[in-house]
Amino acid sequence: MHTTYPAHQHRGLFLLVATFIVLATGAVAVTIGSVAIPLETLWRVIAAKIPGMTIAPTWAPSWETIVFDIRLPRIALAALVGSALATSGATYQGLLRNPLADPYLIGVSAGAALGATIAIVFSFGAISLFAFIGAIGATTLIYALARAGGRTTPTTLILAGVALGAFLSAITWFLMFKGDSAFRTQQIIAWMMGSFSLGSWQDVAVMIPYLGIGWLVLYLNARTLNVLQLGDVQAQQLGVPVERVTMILVASASLITAAAVATSGIIGFVGLIVPHAVRLVWGPDHRFLLPMSALIGATFLILADTLARTLLSPSELPVGIITAFCGAPFFLYLLRRNRETLI
Amino acid sequence: MNTLRLRAEGISFAYQDKSVLNEIDLAIKPGELVGLIGPNGSGKSTLIKCLSRVLVPQRGRVWLDGHTLASLDPQQIARHIAVVPQAVELPPGFTAFEIVLMGRVPHLDWWQNENARDKEIARAAMEATGTWSLAERLVNQLSGGERQRVVIARALAQEPEVLLLDEPTAHLDVKHQIEVMELVRRLNRERGLAVLVVFHDLNLAAQYCSRLVLFKEGRVYKAGSPREVIAPDVLREVYGIELLVIPHPQNQRPMAVVGVT
Repeated sequence: MHTTYPAHQHRGLFLLVATFIVLATGAVAVTIGSVAIPLETLWRVIAAKIPGMTIAPTWAPSWETIVFDIRLPRIALAALVGSALATSGATYQGLLRNPLADPYLIGVSAGAALGATIAIVFSFGAISLFAFIGAIGATTLIYALARAGGRTTPTTLILAGVALGAFLSAITWFLMFKGDSAFRTQQIIAWMMGSFSLGSWQDVAVMIPYLGIGWLVLYLNARTLNVLQLGDVQAQQLGVPVERVTMILVASASLITAAAVATSGIIGFVGLIVPHAVRLVWGPDHRFLLPMSALIGATFLILADTLARTLLSPSELPVGIITAFCGAPFFLYLLRRNRETLI
Repeated sequence: MNTLRLRAEGISFAYQDKSVLNEIDLAIKPGELVGLIGPNGSGKSTLIKCLSRVLVPQRGRVWLDGHTLASLDPQQIARHIAVVPQAVELPPGFTAFEIVLMGRVPHLDWWQNENARDKEIARAAMEATGTWSLAERLVNQLSGGERQRVVIARALAQEPEVLLLDEPTAHLDVKHQIEVMELVRRLNRERGLAVLVVFHDLNLAAQYCSRLVLFKEGRVYKAGSPREVIAPDVLREVYGIELLVIPHPQNQRPMAVVGVT
């Protein structure tokens, strides 16, 4: 008479602890870098910014720039993108009932990559805007194609996503090959592998409204996502308007993914493994899965980005290399430990 | 008292060009336990889907009292009609109680969570089906019979007037078959539910149902009391084999047996 998952009544506590871990990880990450800033100095640098506080600066003026203009926005962006990708991945895995689903499955990455490539190859600038438009355009097109056969089933969505994704990637690669500048090709590849190196407060400000709206809609649909695990037929027989819910979930999850991709490129693996890891430890209830995935995704990307910018300092690694290199072994460990609960 | 009637009026359904149901007329009244039998592919499961509006028939109408199903949304329908599907696969990792609580979905707004009353109704449904002791167990660790009763509990938590069951005893051993059917009959009698059960086993159908409907190639071939439907000439026409029909030693209901010489 027991479940193998931690008891439900402790869930609030787990979320609280996870929130604290995000903040603590972020704070520690600010102290790490080419200029090491001791934690106690960091508090005073931050406190000095609070109106009414009079703290005599005992630090170089450049430290303020490092903290407020370089590291904090970058870390905040990593946290937002990590939580966006993990939430979106959890939604797609639940909606499509496919363990291989990730935030990029329904066209977001292929569309964003094409958009960014067009912007770079034709020197339009505004790479983020083009990536965003590409991502939303591709998802809309895939959804429309999958729907054309009548009902939108998870299988048709996945297959339409894979097919149109391949088609758009073909155009992207063609543009890259046809381009005459090796510099541009390198720029495209760097964008595709994802990075927070240019993260600014402006990126953070752009992301917040998309994430806020997308998250709210997804969290409010968490119970419905649980019911969808029974399959479309049973879900409808329990009163869920499956078509409408599918459309709302695809739109919200794609929106937050597109915002994440537009600001920081295509960062793999977070959206795939974080939700699985949470599910393996705490079970499949989306009311807990979605917020916990968001918090762990944020922590994971802050850590990964800190490694990306320090391992080969002063040069930077694409953060996607770190997420796959560190995430995969941990995930395989969880999978082996908990596989009996899955079967 | 429940007075709701579910009635199919001349419904026809085809997948692309393949006709599956032809001009089906069928009504289930409150307190009735109707058995639906027929060979594989004769359209029994498709009818269940049409009666729960998962599929919409191309011709004819399904009436729920004064409303056609097509005019109601899934949530309104699920407040009155509960379905126990065939050979249910339940998503791993959920507890039996969480699955039964999903039966409250038709009564909640999309953004609402279950309240204490919903949990109380789910608990009562599990007690009525003898599954309350399984409440904290993960559904992937339950036996087939236990899982089937959990799904029936979920259907009860919907507080429906009509219960549709698609081969609820498939893949169960004899003991569990009887357990499930006794449960269905008790719910039918105690709560006055209108119940339609799809059967594979003719004898189980004859034992438990007051009325049988026999399908052949998407049409109602014969409907009536078990004695009218379970007859050698009828079964020969529909199943294409010779069966002997003998009376049950205790209650005289018909039993079809294979004649082996």
